[in-house]
Amino acid sequence: MENNRNEILLEARDLCKYFPAKDFFGRKKAEVKAVDKINLYIRKGETFGLVGESGCGKSTLGRTLIRMYDPTSGSILFKGQDITGLKGKQLLPVHRQMQIIFQDPYSSLDPHHNVREILKESLTAVSGLSSDEMEGRMVEILKKVGLKPDDMYKYAYEFSGGQRQRIGIARALLVEPEFLLCDEPISALDVSIQAQVVNLLEDLQKEMGLTYLFVAHDLSMVRHISTRIGVMYLGRLVEIADSDELYENPLHPYTKALLSAIPLADPKLAAQSRRVMLSGELPSPMHVPTGCHFHTRCMYAREECKNHIPEMREVSPGHFVSCPYTGGNKS
Amino acid sequence: MINDKKNKDKSIRIDSVKLALKHDKAAVISLILLGIIILFALLAPFLPMEPNATDIANRLKEPSFAHWFGTDEVGRDYFARVIYGGRVSLIVAFLAMLTSLTIGVAAGTVAGFTGGIVDMILMRIVDILLSIPWMVLVTVVSIFLNPGIKSIIIVIGLFTWMEIARLVRAETLSLKEREFILYSGFSGVGTWKIITSHIIPSVFPTIIVAATTSMADAIMMESSLSFLGVGIQQPMSSWGSLLQNAQGTMQNSFHMALIPGLLIIITIFAFNKLGNLLRVYVEPKVMSGEKE
Repeated sequence: MENNRNEILLEARDLCKYFPAKDFFGRKKAEVKAVDKINLYIRKGETFGLVGESGCGKSTLGRTLIRMYDPTSGSILFKGQDITGLKGKQLLPVHRQMQIIFQDPYSSLDPHHNVREILKESLTAVSGLSSDEMEGRMVEILKKVGLKPDDMYKYAYEFSGGQRQRIGIARALLVEPEFLLCDEPISALDVSIQAQVVNLLEDLQKEMGLTYLFVAHDLSMVRHISTRIGVMYLGRLVEIADSDELYENPLHPYTKALLSAIPLADPKLAAQSRRVMLSGELPSPMHVPTGCHFHTRCMYAREECKNHIPEMREVSPGHFVSCPYTGGNKS
Repeated sequence: MINDKKNKDKSIRIDSVKLALKHDKAAVISLILLGIIILFALLAPFLPMEPNATDIANRLKEPSFAHWFGTDEVGRDYFARVIYGGRVSLIVAFLAMLTSLTIGVAAGTVAGFTGGIVDMILMRIVDILLSIPWMVLVTVVSIFLNPGIKSIIIVIGLFTWMEIARLVRAETLSLKEREFILYSGFSGVGTWKIITSHIIPSVFPTIIVAATTSMADAIMMESSLSFLGVGIQQPMSSWGSLLQNAQGTMQNSFHMALIPGLLIIITIFAFNKLGNLLRVYVEPKVMSGEKE
């Protein structure tokens, strides 16, 4: 992971985010390890896709990286600067450079505010703008995301889901960030609208030189948009690789199962393809299995998997996998 | 701002209110009566009557054309006293409602939004106040204040905000997790601004409904206090104090107790019905489950 260091925009080292589960008397009963010792880096200008089942900690990882949540341990480096320990007002300059678009275009916009008020709010921390400059910036950004300047005085409920998502994007880009966390931005939209929003995101990336962390569970869309992809299972990353490499040559048994679940449009191909079925249920994140989190459902599981937490290792340049029994040079 | 969606939304709301009224004749009648009562209370100073003019020669007269509700034990026109009493009762109810709403909304939003120790302390205060019978609290406190319209408003306001605080807190707790509020915090919007610009507009429907119930409660409390003699003092009258005065003449002039009593019942009933209708208006779904 040491190569290309000068290009790296965001890096996480042993990042953990645990949520306490409290009992009736408010004592800490257990911990939900939503993000558990994650190492990853995101290069400037790339789109890092993050996939995994619901509840595996994708969104939590993303929100911890942009410091919307406070990390439990580990460290986050943004442009080489450690932003783990920043608090309160110190975080505002960081938040200006790292923005977020949410999954649900309904609950992410206040129904009592019009577009102008929504946009203006994200400029709260940006000082030194005259009201003319603010106005100009808002009009400009609305045009950029494909809305009309007249839409400024409309309320969120007057827009369709896709248009609302555009407002969300406008709000995030208004402060001119470098990094954008797309927290499942398309999973609440119709398929036809999904393509529009993804294309918009790609255009904006080229135009503004943005870096994306794209969280999703639609695997075909992720392949399309991402440069590199990370696969998460129960709070841990199990595999990271370049987008095409991951789809052509998945190594981790979980990735294989996940990819075989992508529906194929061609019925002939679909008949030929072998679906890797997983046995069992996703374990509760409060009682994660020991050793390798995946051993309860893995068809290749051995005795050692129950006790041994697998390390990430690089099997080929840029392809990391956390299973010791796959993909050549076995350790 | 005119647009179809908003108008459509409004007409659905109005339709469901109309439907609710159709099924509930008592609501229609009580609301009409409430309207008349409020109208009289508002217009009282312009009507040719004097609630405090005594006329010892005409004591305790039966209702007649000259005195619609008769006269009281010092010969004052009882109709005028009832109207002016209603004025006092309604003003007290309205201002007490505002007081308790202000405290309740402030406590509820702050407790729900900040959480932690602040929430703990505020909610335990609510629990404690709710566990003591209000009558005891109010009588004790009113001993320390000079009797009069101001102190009665303060006293009622101080002891009726707890239910509102609980309602508002519960809604704030769920709103706090909504993404638009998370994002406000993320962009550096202060707590106070988030509460005033996001949370309060969202809990507004609840607040309106709570306000009408709170008015009804306040009328009841004011009447009880005046009846007990710790409320409105002579020569000013309220419905409660009129009831108390009527005790002495119950045997001869029964109507003197009956009239303010009936007015209190009608007003409280009407405010509760009004609250129900507002609930239907702000959340039209309420009706669909109840009728048909």
